[in-house]
Amino acid sequence: MPLLLAGLVITGLSLAWGLVGAPAERLQGDSVRILFVHVPAAWLGMGGWTAIAAASLTELVWRHPLAGIGARAIALPGAFFAALCLITGSLWGRPAWGTWWVWDGRLTSMLVLLFLYLAYLALADAANRDGDGGSRIPAIFGLVGAANIPIIHYSVLWWNSLHQPPSISMGKSEMAPEFLWALLAATLGFSLLFGAVVLMRMRAILADQQAEARLRRRAMEASDV
Amino acid sequence: MNQPIKAKHQRLVLVLVALAALIGAAMLAAWGLRSQASYFYVPADIAANPPEAGRAVRLGGMVEAGSLKTDADGVTTRFVVGDGKARVPVTFKGIRPDLFKEGSGVVAEGKLGADGTFVADNLLAKHDEKYVPREMAGMTAEQARKTVEETR
Repeated sequence: MPLLLAGLVITGLSLAWGLVGAPAERLQGDSVRILFVHVPAAWLGMGGWTAIAAASLTELVWRHPLAGIGARAIALPGAFFAALCLITGSLWGRPAWGTWWVWDGRLTSMLVLLFLYLAYLALADAANRDGDGGSRIPAIFGLVGAANIPIIHYSVLWWNSLHQPPSISMGKSEMAPEFLWALLAATLGFSLLFGAVVLMRMRAILADQQAEARLRRRAMEASDV
Repeated sequence: MNQPIKAKHQRLVLVLVALAALIGAAMLAAWGLRSQASYFYVPADIAANPPEAGRAVRLGGMVEAGSLKTDADGVTTRFVVGDGKARVPVTFKGIRPDLFKEGSGVVAEGKLGADGTFVADNLLAKHDEKYVPREMAGMTAEQARKTVEETR
């Protein structure tokens, strides 16, 4: 598992750098360090659903057998990172804003993303139990849910919100390089971990399906005798 | 031209059309919500369209430099929130969040008084998108850029 190893090493180093090596921020002080978990978590929460949507499109149009399995494998780590993003954001919001939670556009749409993940998990589970051909309904749901992703991204630009607008956009950064590089490294590390977990889960789901098919075949043979 | 369209292509077109319609609908809804979904009013909104006195609203903007004053009782704060177009005086009684400072953003929850003063019962500090280490906070942008260049 070179992917997993690389992910663990890069995540470990970048978090050590971010949590210990990086300086305190002028206004936020040490609470700025939450950034190095919060931003990768937000990126993977949103990236995870984008990948589910891409896999769903592949499933619906080309009927590729791995697409549905890939989407199912992404849903759990995606939900985990969406929840992690909300929790770390809340922990940061208490000292920085003076509140754990507000119902502004960014926070609300991110919470909706977590609920979408939970709904997807339940739906994919139910469809899987129903047997073959059942992956089409989760795929439709995966595409419909993708409408929330641009809303999350643009929420801070369209609406007045308590959450700040993005610090990093194409080609420019409002973030001092001390923070920026640690953040980019942490994002890379978490993404590698995410990829490794998704691949392992895909393998597990495939093995599960094979085992079930074998059991069914054996049961058929037994009833024939 | 008369060849039957492949089922795969038909599905692709159908799904893409459905997806485009869906995202378009979501964008339209979000655009339609732009005034309702905003978390606060800016001073220009208050000036153009003052909410009736006594209605609970949120006011957001920058705390004007030099406007922050504490009354003799030690717990009442007075300051002016501006957005470059309009200014609204605010009073607040209570503990201020750590990041609440002159020249930085704030969201005040409260009511607009009859005299045009905003009476806040809660203050939220708004952080901007800039992340600057403490040692560089006192420098001008030019100095900071030089320092960063040197450490590269």
